[in-house]
Amino acid sequence: MSSAPPRAVTISRPPSAREIFVNRAFRGLTHVFAWATIVLLAYILFEIGSLAVPAMNEYGADFVTGTTWDANREEFGVLPEIMGTLYTSLIALVIGGALGVAVAIVLSQGFLPPVLEHLMKNIVELLAAIPSVVYGLWGIFVVIPTVRGPAEWLHEHLGFLPFFDTRLSGPGILPASLVLSIMVLPTVAAISREAMVAVPHKLREAAFGLGATRWETILGVVLPTASAGIFGAVVLAFGRALGETMALAMLVGNANVFGWSLFSPGNTLASLLANHFPEAGRVEVGALMYAALVLTAITLIVNVIGSLIMIRASSKMQGLR
Amino acid sequence: MVSATATATNGNGHENGVGDGVVIDCRIENLYYGDFHAVRDTHVPIRKGTITAFIGPSGCGKSTALRCVNRMNDLVRGFRFSGHVHFRGQDIYGRSIDPVAVRRSIGMVFQQPNPFAMSIYRNVAFGLRLNRFKGDVDEQVERALRGAALWDEVKDKLSASGLSLSGGQQQRLCIARAIATEPEVLLMDEPCSALDPIATRRIEELMLELKERFTIAIVTHNLQQAARVADWTGFMMVDTSRGGRTGYLVEFEETKKLFDEPAEDLTREYLQGEFS
Amino acid sequence: MIPPEGIGAARRGATGDPPRIDVPDLERSLKNVRTLFSALMSVVTVTASVVALYPLFSVLYLLIVRGGRRLGLSLFTELPPGAGMIGGGIGNAIVGTLVTVGLAAVLAVPFGILAAIYLAEYGDGSRVAGVVRFSAKVLTGMPSILTGVFAYAAVVVVTGSFSAVAGAVALSILVLPIVMLTAEEAIRMVPHKMKEAAIGMGATDTQTTLRVTLPTAMPAILTGVMLSLSRAMGETAPLLFTALFSDFWFEGGLGEPIATLAVLIYNFSGSPFDNQIDLAWAASLVLVAIVLVINLAGQALTKRPERR
Repeated sequence: MSSAPPRAVTISRPPSAREIFVNRAFRGLTHVFAWATIVLLAYILFEIGSLAVPAMNEYGADFVTGTTWDANREEFGVLPEIMGTLYTSLIALVIGGALGVAVAIVLSQGFLPPVLEHLMKNIVELLAAIPSVVYGLWGIFVVIPTVRGPAEWLHEHLGFLPFFDTRLSGPGILPASLVLSIMVLPTVAAISREAMVAVPHKLREAAFGLGATRWETILGVVLPTASAGIFGAVVLAFGRALGETMALAMLVGNANVFGWSLFSPGNTLASLLANHFPEAGRVEVGALMYAALVLTAITLIVNVIGSLIMIRASSKMQGLR
Repeated sequence: MVSATATATNGNGHENGVGDGVVIDCRIENLYYGDFHAVRDTHVPIRKGTITAFIGPSGCGKSTALRCVNRMNDLVRGFRFSGHVHFRGQDIYGRSIDPVAVRRSIGMVFQQPNPFAMSIYRNVAFGLRLNRFKGDVDEQVERALRGAALWDEVKDKLSASGLSLSGGQQQRLCIARAIATEPEVLLMDEPCSALDPIATRRIEELMLELKERFTIAIVTHNLQQAARVADWTGFMMVDTSRGGRTGYLVEFEETKKLFDEPAEDLTREYLQGEFS
Repeated sequence: MIPPEGIGAARRGATGDPPRIDVPDLERSLKNVRTLFSALMSVVTVTASVVALYPLFSVLYLLIVRGGRRLGLSLFTELPPGAGMIGGGIGNAIVGTLVTVGLAAVLAVPFGILAAIYLAEYGDGSRVAGVVRFSAKVLTGMPSILTGVFAYAAVVVVTGSFSAVAGAVALSILVLPIVMLTAEEAIRMVPHKMKEAAIGMGATDTQTTLRVTLPTAMPAILTGVMLSLSRAMGETAPLLFTALFSDFWFEGGLGEPIATLAVLIYNFSGSPFDNQIDLAWAASLVLVAIVLVINLAGQALTKRPERR
C-alpha cells in the first residue's frame, strides 16, 4: 500500500449522461405517480358520478326521500337505507365508543402492569385484524341466538317502547349494530388511547398532587384534555361504520323498511349495494350508482369533519407542551 | 513568507488557482438562508496539499462557509449566495455546473458520524460503485480503510453493519468512505466534535497523513486542534451590529503566525479568551 | 401506604368529644364517597374492557372448534361442494385469494412507494404534495364497497365481464393509500445525516434514494405493505361484484371470475346446508390464520434490529 501508486484521479468523475438522464427520469416518475393519486381519486368520483347521472336526472331528489326499491317497476328510493345506515352506525358508536374509551382508559392510565397492558393492546389490534366477513359469520351463529332470549323478554315487558315494539325474527338492527360496535371499537380505542397518552404527565401530577383520586384525575384532567382527540376518534369511527358492508349485509335483514325497533330488520346503503349489484340490470345499476354517490357524500363529509377535529386536537395539544 | 493573498480582506485573487498551488478559491460576498444573512465578506484560498482550518465562536458561519465549497448548501431551502468558488479555475456556482459532479471531486466528512445502514465493506465501496469504478474494488476498499487507520480493527468483520462500530470507528469509516474515491479535496465539518479525546487524537494523526494525498479543509471549534494540524487558519466572527448574526472572516493567515502574532485585535482577544 | 396505628385510633377515640387537633384520617376506606366512587368506576371500566375483548375470544374459539373440524388435506385440495353435496374443500378459493391480493399488490405497491418518495423527498413541502397526501387520506376513508363500485364501473363494464383483474383493481385502491402513507412515514424516519452523506459524495438524488434511503427504510415500508395486504385479504365487499366467484380452479385466466375465501364465506354463510356452513367456518379459520401470519410477520420486520 505504501508504494504510492499513481494517484487515481480517474476514480471520481462527473456523473455520466446516463446517470443524469436516469436521475431526471426517476424524479419525473415519482412526480407522475404522485399526480396519479389525485387523478385516481378524481377518476373514482367521476366514474361513480357519471354512471349515476341518468338516475339522478330520472329520480332527482325523490331518490333520497323515496321508500321503495323495486327493480321491476323501476322505482327507486333510499330513505330507509339512509336511515338504517345512520341508525345502525349511531347505535354501534354508542356501544363501541363507550367500550373503546373504557379500553383506552385501562390501557393508558396505569390500571394494568406493563406486561398485561402490552398484551391487551395487541389483543385489541387483533380485534381489528379479523375480517368483517368472519364477524358476520360469527354474528349469524353466535350473536343472533344469544340476543334472541333477552330480546323476547324486552319485547314482552317493554314492548310499549318504540325500540322494542317488534319481535326479533333473526337478522335485524340489534345484532347488526352489536357486531358493528365490535368493529369500530379498535379504532376508537387506538386513537383515543393516543390522545390520552399525549396528555402531558405534568397535568396528571398536578391533579394527584392536589389530592385528587385516580378517577377524579381521569374525569377532571385527562378526559377533558384529550376530549378533542377522543371526539375525533369517534367521528372517524363513525365514518368507518357508515361504510362497513359485510357484517351488515349478513346481519341486518335486508328489508327495505325502516323502523325504530331494534329488533326489526332493516337495510343500509352499503349492504343494499352488496346485495343488489351482482344481479342488477342496466337501470338498477344506475340507481345503485346514485346510492353509491349518496354513500360517498355522507362518508366524505363525516371523514373530513373527523380529520379537521383531529388536526385541531393535535394543535391544541402542542400548546400544552 | 507571507504572500499577498494571505489576508482575506485585500484578497487579490489568483482566480484560476494555479499560482501558489491554490486549488480552491472561495470568495463569499453575501450568503443568505431566506431572510437570514448568514455570512459576508469571507475570502479563503485553499492550497494544494495543505490543511486549512476555519475557527471561531459557534454561530459564526464557519460550517456554512465550508458547505459552500461543495454546494451542500443547495439542500437548504432559501439558500442564496453571491460571490464565487473557483475550483481549478472553474466557478462551481456557474450556470452549467452540476453540483453532483462538484461533490464527486470535493468529498465531505460530517460533524456526526453518518455511516449508511449497510455493511462496512459496502459503506466504503459506495462511492466506487457510484463512480462505476472499473478496477479492483476489494483492493481499493482495503486501501481506503488502511488510509483511515481502520483496517486492522475491521478486516475480520467487513460484512458487519457500519452502525455496529463505536463512534470513533464510525467517523473513521466515514473518512474511509470519503477517501475511497480519491477526491482532490476533502472537507471536514467538525469531524471530532462527537468523539472522545483518544478518537480525536487518531483522527488528527490521520489528517496529517492524508494531507500528503489530499487537500483538506476543516472546521473546528477546538483551537488546539487547529494549531496542531492546520497549515493555514481562518478566524471568523459574528457581527451583530446590524441586528442579525452575520458571520465574516476576520483574519486568514498561516497557522503559526495567526496564533503567535495575530494582526487583528479581535483575533488576539478570542485566542486569549479561549486559551486562558 | 398504611398509616401508623395511632392516627386512626386517635380519630376513633375522639368521636365522643370533639378533638382538639383534627388529625386527618389517612386510612383507605370505602365509606369515603370519593374512594367509593373511584373504586366503582375502576370496576365498571375494567368490566367494560373485558366485555370488549370477549368477542375476540369467542370468535377464535369458534374458528378453532367449528373450523377445525374440517381441517384436513381435502380442505386444501378439493373444490367447493354444490348444494346438498358432501365433502369438498376450498382449494380454489385459497389460490384465488392469493392471486387476487398478489395482483393488487403488483398494482398498488410500486405506485404507492414511488408516490411516497415524491411526498417525502422530492416534492416535500410543495403544494402538489399536500394535495396528494390529502387525496390519499380521502382514499383511506373511502368505504371498501365503493372501490368495488368503481372497479365495476371502470373494469367490469368496460371489459364486459367479471374478472380477477377487476377484483384486484378494487383491492389495490384499498392497499394504495396505506402503502403510500406508511412508506412516506418510513422514508422520513431515515436520518437526514445519512442522505447528506450520500449527497456529499456526489450521489444524484436518485442514487441517494435508491441506494441509501429506500434500503434503510425498507423494513418499515414492508411492514406497511404486509399490514395493508393482510387487510385486503379479508375484504369481501369490493370483490362481490368484481371478482365474483368461481367453482373451478384458477387456470391463469385473469380476465375471468375467480374464487376467493372471503366471498366463499359470505356465500356459504347463508346456506341451508350444514356441509357448506362447516366449510364457511373452515375457510374463516384459514383466512384468519393467513391474515394473522402476514400481520405478525409484517410487525416482526420492524421490530428486528439492523440486518447485515
